[in-house]
Amino acid sequence: MEYSILILITPLLIFLLLGLLGGKLKPVIAGRIGTFGLLCVALLSYVIAYQYFFVEGTVNGKWIEKIPLNFEWLRFTDTLHIDLGILLDPISVMMLVVISTVSLMVHIYSLGYMHGEGGFQRYYAFLSLFTFSMLGLVVATNIFQMYIFWELVGVSSYLLIGFYYTKPSAVAASKKAFIVTRFADLGFLIGILVLSFYTRTFDFGLLTADSASLVVTSMQGASFMGLSVATWALALIFMGGAGKSAMFPLHIWLPDAMEGPTPVSALIHAATMVVAGVYLVARLFTVYFFAAPDVLTMIGYIGAFTALFAAIIAITQTDIKRVLAFSTISQIAYMMVALGVSGYEGHDGLGYMSSMFHLFTHAFFKALLFLGAGSVIHAVHSNEMSDMGGLRKYLPITHLTFLIACLAIAGIYPLSGFFSKDEILSAAFHHDKILYWTLWVVAGLTAFYMFRLYYSIFWGKEKVHHGEHKPHESPLIMTVPLLILALLSCVTGFIPFSKFVSSDNLGFDMHIDMTIALSSIAVAVVGIGVATALYMRGGDLPQKIAQRLGGLYRATFHKFYMDEVWQFITKSVIFKCICAPIAWFDRHVIDATMNGLATVTQKTSASIKGLQSGQVQFYTWIFLIGALVIGILALCV
Amino acid sequence: MNFLSLFVLIPMLMIVALFLSKEMKQIRAVMVIGASALLVLAAVLIVLFLQERAISSDEMLFMATTVWYEPLNITYAVGVDGVSVVMLALSAIIVFTGVFSSWNMTLAKEFFLWYCLLSIGVFGFFISIDLFTMFLFYEVALIPMYLLIGLWGTGRKEYSAMKLTLMLMGGSAFLLIGILGIYFGAGHTTMNIVELARLHIPMEMQRWVFPATFLGFGVLGALFPFHTWSPDGHASAPTAVSMLHAGVLMKLGGYGCFRVAMYLMPEATQELGWIFLILTGISVVYGAFSAVVQTDLKYINAYSSVSHCGLVLFALLMMSRASMTGAVMQMLSHGLMTALFFALIGLIYGRTHTRDIREMGGLMKIMPFASVCYVIAGLASLGLPGLSGFVAEMTIFVGAFQHADVFHRVLTIVACSSIVITAVYILRTVGKILFGGVQDKHHIGLPDATWFEKVSVVALIIFIAFMGIYPFGISEIISDGLAPVFARLAI
Amino acid sequence: MIVQMEHYLVVSALMFFIGVYGFISRKNMIAVLISLELMLNAVEINFSVFNRYLYPERLEGMFFTLFGIAITAAETAVALAIIINVYRHIGDINIRKMNKLKD
Repeated sequence: MEYSILILITPLLIFLLLGLLGGKLKPVIAGRIGTFGLLCVALLSYVIAYQYFFVEGTVNGKWIEKIPLNFEWLRFTDTLHIDLGILLDPISVMMLVVISTVSLMVHIYSLGYMHGEGGFQRYYAFLSLFTFSMLGLVVATNIFQMYIFWELVGVSSYLLIGFYYTKPSAVAASKKAFIVTRFADLGFLIGILVLSFYTRTFDFGLLTADSASLVVTSMQGASFMGLSVATWALALIFMGGAGKSAMFPLHIWLPDAMEGPTPVSALIHAATMVVAGVYLVARLFTVYFFAAPDVLTMIGYIGAFTALFAAIIAITQTDIKRVLAFSTISQIAYMMVALGVSGYEGHDGLGYMSSMFHLFTHAFFKALLFLGAGSVIHAVHSNEMSDMGGLRKYLPITHLTFLIACLAIAGIYPLSGFFSKDEILSAAFHHDKILYWTLWVVAGLTAFYMFRLYYSIFWGKEKVHHGEHKPHESPLIMTVPLLILALLSCVTGFIPFSKFVSSDNLGFDMHIDMTIALSSIAVAVVGIGVATALYMRGGDLPQKIAQRLGGLYRATFHKFYMDEVWQFITKSVIFKCICAPIAWFDRHVIDATMNGLATVTQKTSASIKGLQSGQVQFYTWIFLIGALVIGILALCV
Repeated sequence: MNFLSLFVLIPMLMIVALFLSKEMKQIRAVMVIGASALLVLAAVLIVLFLQERAISSDEMLFMATTVWYEPLNITYAVGVDGVSVVMLALSAIIVFTGVFSSWNMTLAKEFFLWYCLLSIGVFGFFISIDLFTMFLFYEVALIPMYLLIGLWGTGRKEYSAMKLTLMLMGGSAFLLIGILGIYFGAGHTTMNIVELARLHIPMEMQRWVFPATFLGFGVLGALFPFHTWSPDGHASAPTAVSMLHAGVLMKLGGYGCFRVAMYLMPEATQELGWIFLILTGISVVYGAFSAVVQTDLKYINAYSSVSHCGLVLFALLMMSRASMTGAVMQMLSHGLMTALFFALIGLIYGRTHTRDIREMGGLMKIMPFASVCYVIAGLASLGLPGLSGFVAEMTIFVGAFQHADVFHRVLTIVACSSIVITAVYILRTVGKILFGGVQDKHHIGLPDATWFEKVSVVALIIFIAFMGIYPFGISEIISDGLAPVFARLAI
Repeated sequence: MIVQMEHYLVVSALMFFIGVYGFISRKNMIAVLISLELMLNAVEINFSVFNRYLYPERLEGMFFTLFGIAITAAETAVALAIIINVYRHIGDINIRKMNKLKD
């Protein structure tokens, strides 16, 4: 399967082509080149998936890790070196399919959505760069390769969020996204350093082999500040994942990242890049499970808290993209919880499997939601719910696909979200009841805020569409991707996922736990019902409730003031209390000392230069006195 | 005549040719031809070096010695190893691009005369293996700086030039003490580094000679707290001088630190290294934090240089082979990056006539080429994989973290944190000056980079990307050159 | 009364210290020059006297005196030329003002 290198080379070449020659190409041509390249990538990844899953992937019923390519890129020491290579195993192949599919849809969709925007070539160049980096990330054979591409996706995300670079809010958002994730990456890097210090390898294969025995034995007994080193290392690595996957309290960048073009949000900030953290933990799951189970528990609780926290905030947001952003945070947290509650081997590894399953299904319906939202924004030129309402007549296809996506994310049978969410709940149920009930509540909240969104956009009173034109359905080039994604959201749930993906790479049978399934559907239906009652007709009941809740509502609306907290930490603490004093210290203490040395020298010479008066008579006088003194002294002695 | 001497001879010939040339065109021709010759020479050197290395196991290659002053054992001795080859290549690149960045200098002839003298010093330093000759070239590189900044600079140029020269001269006073200490400590028989390395300097001697030498070179390598010449000096210097100074001259410090101080006095390095390690650790973080609040583009870059050059010394003092390799890679990478930054800042300043980031904005719309290059430089500086900064920093961090001592590992983590702060100040600058709306109406319609500026910038970007994508070759050459140094340190 | 060596020496010492006093205290450059001459002449007297009384059979002291006189003459000429030039330039020969070179 050596040809799999092409899925990395193609987008890279397109990036270089569009990046270097973009200005010379016509925008449309550039878009078509990019889309065509992505089509090739997508087809290739389907071929790889077919080859892997149905032809070459198993040995005695066990999924194997195939490494068609691996070469040494940079050698640090005799044992530590960064390799670049391609690792194919069930989750990486699954990710290849997800990324290339969603990316292809976004490429096609953008041909319509971004039509006529300045910097079209640049947009496609960055999209290709992103796709390249993301694919490189998932096929990484070692943790350092993952870190390399991790940084690259961060940069492409930065460039795409700041695509409208003349808009100050977009610039600020891109900066924030990059710095917050960079901060998390510092943890990731330190984690890698600690891990590699003990294990003397970066290689995933060696790290995870034999129930992560290498990690367990090499880190045996080592501890730092009361916690075992393995816990430190893996918690720090998780910190990197938490940054990318927007776990509390590092989630603040994701809602702001919605400043980017909507298709970008669909691709990067909903379907692919933000799940990199989940993917990272899944990739190292064996290590986590055997070397630091306490970190897994922590991941579970952080995930559950984030899921609840984000779901509550999502209820009050009015910007449709922000609702979706918080929904994304909440859903990714779901996947994290699933990993946190997972066991190892066979059916115990249900959490691991369901996490990947949810990642898979979520990618499609969340991308669909974002692209649908993009279509709505395209029609009404606004992100605010208050500017929408009653759009179902004007945007029939968008309406239908959006509804499918909403049902999918709410977890209604037989849409894909139901299956994956059910498995997560079931895994949580058997592991930790607190986590289970939290997730159960979140499921209800999810259904509620998604249908609040849905009704506010497509139902309720029609707004006066000031201006000359009525909202209209998007062109075919935008609706076709919507339809494809809607179809995928409908059918992907029926994939026997556990046959392909499992914690120990041996397939197992999953089955739907009826009690849990019924209870989760019930809570979703309640959520939808409440949303229908409140928002379908568009009355003023919601405002009344909001007023009743008073402070609680305001706190939620302001995202529990997390932005302000971070703002305070960065602006007031780091900037004013660390950077500014250091700079002041540099100028007024260190530099002043140096200048002081110079001044002292100058002053001293100025004060004694009077002796060198140029008056020969004075010199003679001094000479005479000196001679006399010496003479007298000579006589005395 | 050894062919390494060509590195010194070519700039000398350029000086003669400059004396003879009258018109601007001739001057430019002389400079471009000379600088290209140096670049070609550096390329030839790399090829020859690789061939020779494959068959020879000598520590230094292409050695040649001419006795200069018998009674004091002063010789003109040249020779190169992997590290000096890399540094020579870096110098050639920067000298070459610097010529294009100072295309329209006033008093061009005089400027380039001093510029050539400066390059004589730089090249001479890297090819020398005799302590005295090395010191001589070091001084030759310093003196022109005073005139180049004092005459062609901007802002408080006289002050800065004086400050820079005095501080660096102060450093070289320590250096001279150090060199004499080494010479007499090793029994005053030779000044040749390769021969000195076989002799032993008594420990009581090393205890004061090592700090003097390290400090002497450290001042040039912007060691905290002797770095304050750097912000003022860079801010006032003309573009090409900033490029050469931050790009190459500051590397003289790092190079000297390990070639002279650490190589010749390994025992003292083991014993006293930790003091300087702490100072460099401070440099790394301190420089980065200081850069965050600066408002002058050149100051930002100067403080960033303090941070990055601090990392060089830091990695050297970690004394593992990987971290020392990383240190040399960081020298190379920082040299290229910072030269690119200064070239672009000079370009922007030449048009907007301000370097205050608060007075600029939206330059991306006005000069897209320069802005894109600035973003690339910024990304290289904050360590984007695929560009040079990443490979250098990662080699340092991984190498340093392999240290057996917990204190060193914790210090490495502290140094690691600079990557976040770097991101903060780089993105702050980029966001302020390139993105957003146009701040000053007068900036609208300013021209983008001219062809000669493009040559300089593009050349640097190509080398940065080359190093970022193809690090293993470079890392091999360096690591190979470091083997004897490391062998002595690992006692 | 026989003139002893000491008598000569007293005269020359007086001359010398008068010269010193004049050299230090006078403002007029010509007076300073005269004082200088006094000191030199005092020294020359000493040379001759010592030669005459201590080593009458040798002549080095006398020679030295003659050399000294010749050099003094030359020096005086140069000094006067300088003084005249200074006077032409700044219209004054006050030695206290002759300190413009120090800065």
